[in-house]
Amino acid sequence: MIEVLYFASLREALNVDKEQLEIPAEVSSIAQLKAYLSARGDIWLDSFSNNISLLVSINQQMATENSPIADGDEIAFFPPVTGG
Amino acid sequence: MYISIQQEDFDVAEVSRKLCAGRIDIGAIVTFSGLVRDRSVDRELVAMHLEHYPGMTEKALEAISQQALDRWDIDDLAIIHRVGRLQPCDNIVLVVVISAHRKEAFAACEFLMDYLKTRAPFWKKEITRNGEVWVEAKSSDQKAADNWK
Repeated sequence: MIEVLYFASLREALNVDKEQLEIPAEVSSIAQLKAYLSARGDIWLDSFSNNISLLVSINQQMATENSPIADGDEIAFFPPVTGG
Repeated sequence: MYISIQQEDFDVAEVSRKLCAGRIDIGAIVTFSGLVRDRSVDRELVAMHLEHYPGMTEKALEAISQQALDRWDIDDLAIIHRVGRLQPCDNIVLVVVISAHRKEAFAACEFLMDYLKTRAPFWKKEITRNGEVWVEAKSSDQKAADNWK
């Protein structure tokens, strides 16, 4: 089980701020998780397949497409940051 | 190192005083304040909403701060970043750096802002008279951050 969080404009587009996911064993990287979420279609496909600027963190550390996912991880997806 | 994510406003002088308290070796205090700015020509901005990722924001600011402390000969620093609903001209962010000499303090302060703007998980949303819009990240901010590498 992993927890996935969505922030800012991504959260608004998806209309979800977080969810618990039981992912299949073969989803073991961020890239694979994005493909898994894209398969929901519509806005999920747009957000996770066609969105090159999307950022991701694992357990509150910035991560990349190739980063591995483990059970119990907290994963967050978000647009480029605009603080300061 | 003093880091705070908060809704409340901050007082620059008070934060500077607290950082320097008990020290007699500080010769320079450099501060930067970021404010809410109306980008529109005709005063459309009603408010700005600052969202963040609780937990990761603190970690990101601590990591950036530790980098600054390791890289420059500075004695301490503070970062305060506000979240929630802010008005035009309100304070958003404060960076204070204290050191013996000014050169390091200026450099560290600029570095902290450039890294904060590209690595700390905050997002700004403008609430205008004509609707709401998420502020977009600027490539110039990323370039500024890259220059420190």
